[in-house]
Amino acid sequence: KAAFETFDNAANNTVDVREIGTIIYSLGCFPSQADLHDFIAEVEEDHSGYIHLDRFLPAMTKALMLCFQVLDKDNKGYLEPEELTKYMTQEGEPFTQEEMEEMLTGLADHERNVIYYKDVINQLAIDPDM
Amino acid sequence: MGCGVTKSDQFHKHSGKGVSAIRAAVLIQRWYRQYVARTEMRRRYTWHIFQSIEYSGEQAQIKLYNFLGYLMDNFTPSSNERNLISHIFRENDICRDAEWERYFCYKKIEVPEIYSGPHLTFPLTVEQAVGLVEAFRNKKQLHSRYALQLLLETWKLLRMLPNINRISTCHSKEITICGDLHGQLEDLLLIFYKNGMPSLEKPYVFNGDFVDRGKDSIEILLILFAFLLVYPSDVYLNRGNHEDHIVNLRYGFTKEVLTKYKMHGKRILKLLQKIFSWLPLATVIDQKVLVLHGGISDSTDLNLLARLDRHNYISALRPPKKRNQSSASTSMDSDLDEDVWGANRIFQRRASLTFPKPLGARDCFHNRSLQDFSDRIKVNVETELEIRRRRRSAFNAVMKEPETETATLSFDSVYSDNAKEEWKQILDLLWSDPMAQEGCVPNEVRGGGCYWGPDITEDFLNKHNLQLIIRSHECKQDGYEFCHNRKVLTLFSASNYYDVGSNRGAYVKLGPDLVPYVVQYQASSMIRELTVRQSVGRTERSALKVLREQLFAHKSDLICAFKKFDSENTGVVSLNDWASAVESVMHLDLPWRMLRCQLVTRKTSEGMIDYYDWFNELAIIGPNSDNIDQSLLETLYRHRSTLETIFRIVDTDNSGFITMEDFRQTWKLLSVYLKMEITDEAISDLAVTIDSNQDGSIDIDEFMEAFRLTDKKSRLERGRSMFMGTATDLTKLEGDPNI
Repeated sequence: KAAFETFDNAANNTVDVREIGTIIYSLGCFPSQADLHDFIAEVEEDHSGYIHLDRFLPAMTKALMLCFQVLDKDNKGYLEPEELTKYMTQEGEPFTQEEMEEMLTGLADHERNVIYYKDVINQLAIDPDM
Repeated sequence: MGCGVTKSDQFHKHSGKGVSAIRAAVLIQRWYRQYVARTEMRRRYTWHIFQSIEYSGEQAQIKLYNFLGYLMDNFTPSSNERNLISHIFRENDICRDAEWERYFCYKKIEVPEIYSGPHLTFPLTVEQAVGLVEAFRNKKQLHSRYALQLLLETWKLLRMLPNINRISTCHSKEITICGDLHGQLEDLLLIFYKNGMPSLEKPYVFNGDFVDRGKDSIEILLILFAFLLVYPSDVYLNRGNHEDHIVNLRYGFTKEVLTKYKMHGKRILKLLQKIFSWLPLATVIDQKVLVLHGGISDSTDLNLLARLDRHNYISALRPPKKRNQSSASTSMDSDLDEDVWGANRIFQRRASLTFPKPLGARDCFHNRSLQDFSDRIKVNVETELEIRRRRRSAFNAVMKEPETETATLSFDSVYSDNAKEEWKQILDLLWSDPMAQEGCVPNEVRGGGCYWGPDITEDFLNKHNLQLIIRSHECKQDGYEFCHNRKVLTLFSASNYYDVGSNRGAYVKLGPDLVPYVVQYQASSMIRELTVRQSVGRTERSALKVLREQLFAHKSDLICAFKKFDSENTGVVSLNDWASAVESVMHLDLPWRMLRCQLVTRKTSEGMIDYYDWFNELAIIGPNSDNIDQSLLETLYRHRSTLETIFRIVDTDNSGFITMEDFRQTWKLLSVYLKMEITDEAISDLAVTIDSNQDGSIDIDEFMEAFRLTDKKSRLERGRSMFMGTATDLTKLEGDPNI
């Protein structure tokens, strides 16, 4: 939300559609041009050239959701710690063991010891509104 | 087309599954790392907020005390203000110990049948000490009779102890060292639960700051003293900067005792003053590890510290007035004093307080603030000399002893160099903090002691053949922190100090190998269920609440600062200007730009900030104060801590009430201190408003209550505890069903 606000010049919770790319990059996402296009197509208000915060946030969340779903091959709705560990420590810029432990402690459900990513996403994606 | 899109999505998903998985993983990694970084950043600035406000409170306290001290020394005898506050400077009441024991006598205090707390018999046994812990765990209170008795026994014991305790880890005994407890009984109970209670096999060192801020300071003291009495060679207590009655006035211990012990609280406090002054200053383990509360400076000399009379320093904030200037003996001979002074204590007291000291003698940096007042307080030197002459002859007439020579000399309340040197040693020991840079500079943030660097540590350890310094005094998130190349260990034992979830507490075990083994903990079962994000969020919200209060309290200064950026008086400033202005007034060194979105929610269409609007958004003051001048109100609000402290000083019999006249005098005092004009009329109006039952006396608590700040953002109205200035009290209030 903070990133959105930075580009929200008129303070009316909308941003120019051309800024979306920048905002998304600033949040650490690097989608391809095609993906970006699709994303914009989804959230833009009827070709007005503006994107409203209310549509932006859920869309960002959805993007993250898709990521988890890709990893969740069996479509269980959750990830086993081993599954997540495998991806986090082998792909991209691998997590250190410490980082991995921290992530699992922070995100895993205490009782079942699995990661219900739908709940997690709400934590990760959006800054708490004070 | 919808179908097609979906299919192609699925197609992507399955065929490019390998590729997608990698990209998905990468994205998640990035998100997560960003989230962790953001959380860490928030935690840091939250911490910074609390710490800055805490330290500036300490600084304010010292400034106030210095100011009052200056008044004491330099006021003409007719001053009413001086009389009001003189009693807190009667540090060295000359009295034989026997007289004190009579004053503190508990024997006449009866314990009623219905009392359900523990009964103590002396000499104390370990079962009784353990029983005391249990009783406090069950929220019982120790009856004042037993409390006084216990304190008396403690006093007797402490008087026999040296300034520096020397202990050893012989026979493979592990010594447990605890840091600041600050009245948080839960933490002490947790330590005892995890580590066991003190015993012959389990020696403990408690490194100061047992009281203030937390709500069970007296209980902690009673427990520590009880174990001290039972195991005098296995329990060691070091004095902290909060074992000081002046500091206690502001930070809550005085209030706690007076509330819990309504009838005998005053005596208990007086006895505690003595006990605090008799607490040892440091402990050395196996001649290699030094344990003390604050730290060291480039001039710290253990030999000097071992030699001085520590009980002369009732408060570390003020050096003692040396009575005997004769070169031979520097210590007070109590017999001589009794004869010379016994019959005419009144003369002695008034005399030592009226003589002006040459300003030059006070050249320590923390007295610099006093120089500001010199031009405003007129001291008529001629009149003073005349008065001095008159007093001396009057005194001589009464005295039969030919001790007049020493008596006259002792009228001079000039500090000997010796006294100043000793005082600095103690101040540094109790108030200093380590810093990363080399060197040694005065600790202006706290107002006392200094900041010392790794080179100072190195030199000091070499000089005294030591290998490690264990100190406390600073809150650390993990409960402990090494610095100076692991030669200095900071240990803090009050968990959740700033707020629930703010930090862990820790204690250290030291075996014969002298390798510190740290154990961490965190009180309150609530914590374990909060995720890191949630506990940071809570602490952050508290910190922001406190910060908003501070901002509101500086409204006029802030508006002035904003106006400087807003030359055309449009009422708005840019974000950058807003941040610069705020920092220039608050001096808290916080990332204002980042905090902006938490502190200012409304922006104009051009992205500017309407500052008048902002103050309205921040908070409103309680309803009672409509008829009081706004700027006066703001001043009152900003200095409420100082104000309350002054009130408690003025309230000499600790009744909770002060007379109207004293109230007016207090205001005059405050207006001088704050360098602002408060007209007599304004004060009278204020007084009338406050004295709601028109009986000529003002209820201190009621008065402070009138200036409650109602934060629009919070649903809970905060009460009196806010005046103590930290969020710790706020959250404690929230959970307290009795409020």
